[in-house]
Amino acid sequence: MTSVRSIAKTLFLGELLQGLAVTFGYMWKPKFTVHYPQEKTPQSVRFRGLHALRRYPNGEERCIACKLCEAVCPALAITIESDVSADGTRRTKRYDIDLFKCIFCGFCEEACPVDAIVETRIHEYHMENRGENIMSKDKLLAVGDRFDAMITADKTADAPYR
Amino acid sequence: MTIINSLIDRLSALWASIPEFLHAPIIKTAEIIGVMLVVVISVALLTYAERKVIGWMQARHGPNQIRIFGLPILKGVAQPFADVIKLLLKEVLLPSKADKLLFLAAPMIAIVTALTTWAVVPFSPDFVLADVDAGLLYLLAMTSLGVYGVIIAGWASNSKYAMLGAMRSAAQIVAYEIAMGFALVGVLMAAGSLNLTDIVRAQSGGLLHWNLLWLFPLMIIYFISGVAETNRAPFDVVEGESEIVAGFHVEYSGATFATVFALPEYANMILIAMLTSVFFLGGWLSPFQGLVPADWLLAQSSFLWLFVKTLWFLFVYLWIRATFPRYRYDQIMRLGWKVFIPLTIVWILVECGMVALRVGPWAQFG
Repeated sequence: MTSVRSIAKTLFLGELLQGLAVTFGYMWKPKFTVHYPQEKTPQSVRFRGLHALRRYPNGEERCIACKLCEAVCPALAITIESDVSADGTRRTKRYDIDLFKCIFCGFCEEACPVDAIVETRIHEYHMENRGENIMSKDKLLAVGDRFDAMITADKTADAPYR
Repeated sequence: MTIINSLIDRLSALWASIPEFLHAPIIKTAEIIGVMLVVVISVALLTYAERKVIGWMQARHGPNQIRIFGLPILKGVAQPFADVIKLLLKEVLLPSKADKLLFLAAPMIAIVTALTTWAVVPFSPDFVLADVDAGLLYLLAMTSLGVYGVIIAGWASNSKYAMLGAMRSAAQIVAYEIAMGFALVGVLMAAGSLNLTDIVRAQSGGLLHWNLLWLFPLMIIYFISGVAETNRAPFDVVEGESEIVAGFHVEYSGATFATVFALPEYANMILIAMLTSVFFLGGWLSPFQGLVPADWLLAQSSFLWLFVKTLWFLFVYLWIRATFPRYRYDQIMRLGWKVFIPLTIVWILVECGMVALRVGPWAQFG
């Protein structure tokens, strides 16, 4: 008897019609889409996007070439060469982050004793030529200078929870 | 105005200067080109409709950015045309170990068979490109030839995925062609003719005279077989992204991709939708025939009715694709051989009974 019933069910496409009814109903429901370039989803202050190197308010570089970020980086994306600068302090001669290797884990930021390297909430960037994936020291400092206000505000907002 | 009048005069003078015996071929060629253009543009719009409908059913919007000349209306309608331009501008890659001649011949075969079938489709009471008596046989022959495009594409690519896709396509089309043919035997018995215009005429007289009512199971089987024949979801194991990448058209790119895959597939979808309306829903006949006075616009036979019916079946195509997951290959074979073919034979026997007992549309022969 059950087999007769199941055959009848298959023959009259009962379950298939049920499925079709579900999709037809969904056709008229409101859409979940966020209209991305015009609309954006809210972002946390802890968002980990493009990197930046920060400066002290007097314009001096924060980075002291301790290489802790290079050591902690799980993806080996950071390359640092250090040197003694004109004023006798230890500074980086070269500070490269390969964005293709980087996994945006944020360990470099955690490891930094002077809050020099940070990850900003910038995530809409692109590259047009080969080699642009390497963020050199100049480029990182430029990002830091340009978005200084945003970075400072984000770090201040997050500070009580650390 | 004078410019337009003089232009019309010049054109009619030019037309009169062409020898009489050339008039018919020129008009026919213009008709053929017109039908082809309409089919190709419909294909473009159908790809857009597909993305839209499936988007809506998945609570998305579908393409909504590209506009015609940047006008602030009908957002997204220009998407298929942008896609076509992109495909035509792309490089056509030839795999180094491919059979070059066949690799390039396959798209031609696919597109030629997909477009020639349109010759016998009766669009309206007085417009059909070729009103041939063996129209139905011609259709079956041409749709079967279409599989050569797929098989040759798969074989010439010299790639295992393409080969597997082509083999699947061949087996699937053979299986469903039989069910399709049997379903059409029922239509033949009802109409008593192989001519498509006659098949439509035999259904005139209102809703109850359509084959829809008496051959309902055959219509379902014909349409599902049509879905399988055009390799559409849920029968799209031929493409089977999850197992064989893209099936027979993995190695194709640019313009060859458009002609081996996109154009024939969508043109065949429109064809199957239109043929289902012709065979079972009375083609260009009005559903209000006999219900309202015959001189009303609503009761007139016209292309618009065929258009509406075709749109409905095309929507069902997209609806099915948005709803059902892909069949497993052995299930496809089981459905074709063990379910559809017996069912069609059973219904043909039922129809024989109806003919013998003079019920339904056969009462008039009694």
